Amino acid sequence: MRAFLISKWSKAAVVLIGLVPIASLVWRAFHNGLTANPIEFITHATGDWTLRFVVITLCITPLRRLVQLPDLIRFRRTLGLFAFFYGCLHFTTYIWLDKFFDLHAVWIDVYKRPYITVGFTAFVLMIPLAVTSTAGWIRRMGGKNWRLLHRAIYFIAIFGVIHYYWLVKSAVIRPLTYGAIVAVLLLWRVADKYWPRSGATKTAPVSSQPQKAQA
Amino acid sequence: MLIRKKPDLTYADLTPKAVYLDRRKFLKDAGLLGTAAVAGRSLWRLASPASNAFAASKLTVASKSPFSTTEKQNTYDDVSHYNNYYEFGVDKTEPAKNAGTLITAPWTVSIEGEVNKPRKITIDEILKLAPLEERIYRHRCVEAWSIVVPWIGYSFSELVKTVEPTPKAKYVAFESFYDRKVMPLAPYAGIEFPYVEGLRLDEAMNPLTLLCVGMYGETLPNQDGAPMRITVPWKYGFKSAKSLVKIRFTKDQPPTTWSRMAPNEYGFYANVNPRVDHPRWSQAKERRLGEFFKRDTLMFNGYGDQVAGLYNGLDLKKYY
Repeated sequence: MRAFLISKWSKAAVVLIGLVPIASLVWRAFHNGLTANPIEFITHATGDWTLRFVVITLCITPLRRLVQLPDLIRFRRTLGLFAFFYGCLHFTTYIWLDKFFDLHAVWIDVYKRPYITVGFTAFVLMIPLAVTSTAGWIRRMGGKNWRLLHRAIYFIAIFGVIHYYWLVKSAVIRPLTYGAIVAVLLLWRVADKYWPRSGATKTAPVSSQPQKAQA
Repeated sequence: MLIRKKPDLTYADLTPKAVYLDRRKFLKDAGLLGTAAVAGRSLWRLASPASNAFAASKLTVASKSPFSTTEKQNTYDDVSHYNNYYEFGVDKTEPAKNAGTLITAPWTVSIEGEVNKPRKITIDEILKLAPLEERIYRHRCVEAWSIVVPWIGYSFSELVKTVEPTPKAKYVAFESFYDRKVMPLAPYAGIEFPYVEGLRLDEAMNPLTLLCVGMYGETLPNQDGAPMRITVPWKYGFKSAKSLVKIRFTKDQPPTTWSRMAPNEYGFYANVNPRVDHPRWSQAKERRLGEFFKRDTLMFNGYGDQVAGLYNGLDLKKYY
């Protein structure tokens, strides 16, 4: 298992899996699979996958500990960047296909519509995390500051769930499910910080030796 | 001079579209595969409820309606595969997949409340109550998308006349069919069922208010509200309740599903109004399915000439 996790193939596999949702959208586009309202379908699909990748990224740290596979850290950046990738597609769909670059209308939305305010905030917060995701930035910022900055993902996850919850008409079960998962993932961190299990090997969130930069 | 009257056909007897479309294929298959295989398949099809449920039957339309728009119609595929019918799932594509469990024949609608002649009326009686018209209406969803649909039916007022509302009747409530056994996704929808919508009696009597039994020359597909729905083209789509089983005339304004669930977002009136936003999104524009750019939403969905008079003196910002 560990041999596979540290091989270059595992990283390639994660990248391929991360591309499945966009490949599926492209396939659907050519096979009449985007429903009668393709723009809405694309908006929802890219939004769903942004939130899913944020959640998957948040799973890495607890998983490393719970299943004793510290090497999972190798995939965290890739998964986080996929969250940003789908977030960019989601935002682009909105600003281009929904608003047609009418920046005034976008501003009114951001200002007036709470679900867009909070979604937009989450997207903006993702930008510095994506920019500073390289080994060079970890070195430049120092591990402590870098870790502090990247805790923004907790807020991104919370804002993402609120964004979803506030936009549905009545079917709150799906956003609440994401909310419950995010709550568990964040509470695990709180518990881990204040009540560390005795004997558990502490693994640093960022390896002190920067890995070879491979995105 | 004795002309023997043919036995009347009923809603259930109408040839399902799947069957008449299949005849040609049937002949081809028969040649290729042999009759035995086809017979087996046909038996299978008869036994499978899904094919029956998705079948649409041809309707004979007596006349076109002057209320029809000349705008480009959406395709049958769009209108039957992009639906809000929360009893069958909240995703737009789910009703087309799941509504097959709804059995529409036999079907009875109970008309009750403040009327001199309450009655239970079958779908067959409804089909014969008045000549069927084709009405090509714009349909604007509260979610800011719209479609143009050639509905079939007649003015709801035709039905109202036969039950004679009492002077106390001021409102009409429409109740949709609900059975958890055939609608297993309904508990996840987040709204209460059975679905209830309502109109003021004068709105219900407006000739635009359509008792709708079909679309595109055929009976309604289940996901579009078979066998019978109401269609109120100047109001947001959620006012047009589907698969009706009860029509009740009342003194007081009936509590309606969406306005009970979120009264600040969905009013009883729900007239299409580009100047009154939904609290969470703008209603100024809409996306007509099939079009790339959004278009401006029209006051009363473009039916102001017929219905604006109903709301003289009413503050439409307050009574949204």
